Amino acid sequence: MSAELISELKVPRRHAWRARAVSSLGPSTAFVALVWAIAQPYRITLLHPHGQSFWWLVVEPPLLVLLVGVVFHLLVVPGLLEDLEAADDASR
Amino acid sequence: MTPPAEHVHWLFATGFLALGLCLLGEAVVGPEVWRRRAWRAYLWPGIAFALGVLMWPVMTFFTNSAIHMLAHGAWAQVLMFAGAAELGLVRGKLTSQWWRLGMPFAFVVSGTALLVHEQNTWYFQRSAFLHHLMGWTLVVGGVIPLARCVRPRSPAFGSAFALTFVVIAVLLYCDRDLAPVFGHLSPLAGVQHR
Repeated sequence: MSAELISELKVPRRHAWRARAVSSLGPSTAFVALVWAIAQPYRITLLHPHGQSFWWLVVEPPLLVLLVGVVFHLLVVPGLLEDLEAADDASR
Repeated sequence: MTPPAEHVHWLFATGFLALGLCLLGEAVVGPEVWRRRAWRAYLWPGIAFALGVLMWPVMTFFTNSAIHMLAHGAWAQVLMFAGAAELGLVRGKLTSQWWRLGMPFAFVVSGTALLVHEQNTWYFQRSAFLHHLMGWTLVVGGVIPLARCVRPRSPAFGSAFALTFVVIAVLLYCDRDLAPVFGHLSPLAGVQHR
């Protein structure tokens, strides 16, 4: 096997774990938010909205964590994966 | 219409969590890949700067004491300074890598402000405990952005830097206006209402 072929095999593998790691950031954050919501449902005032003031209905920590995870996954990760792949192709 | 203090802590926790995730993403893929798109390069320094700007209304509307105002003002200034320095470096307007020292400076000033403005002991109530813990986390954790200045491409320092913000976010989410900490609640703190 030539040295060129070995480098071709190694580069994608090196970037594959990066792609997996960066893809898991958003879902992991959303999972933590879900666990938190189940553990402390009283922190989600939408489940019992009667008599709650404006701020208690708007600022709900588990939902904010979920939002951060979802936004990061939908807005940041796709472009990042494309660029990671492009960097991968350029380094071959 | 002013939100309760705990809600402000949770909103800032959300900002720090977003900052932590972006930094973690940068640490995983490396700065070269992260900065391939201009908007992404500006993302986390921009969030840091915006958090500094948003600290000004907090200083203006939460005037429990002079020391509170001074602490919030200090956080506003150092967050804006550190964010602006990183923005300047990304944009290329600033060339000296010494500008990166803005972040460890912000850590130490923020940590000191947290420790100084918390007048109560650790176990007075939960917010007192968290202020002490966050203060020491930032003062001691200031070593991490300092190490990142020396080794800016190190994934280990980059990840540690990102995780510091995630830890700060978790501590801020734990904050309540009046709640016990590990079963301790000083009678001087008042009666827990929620």
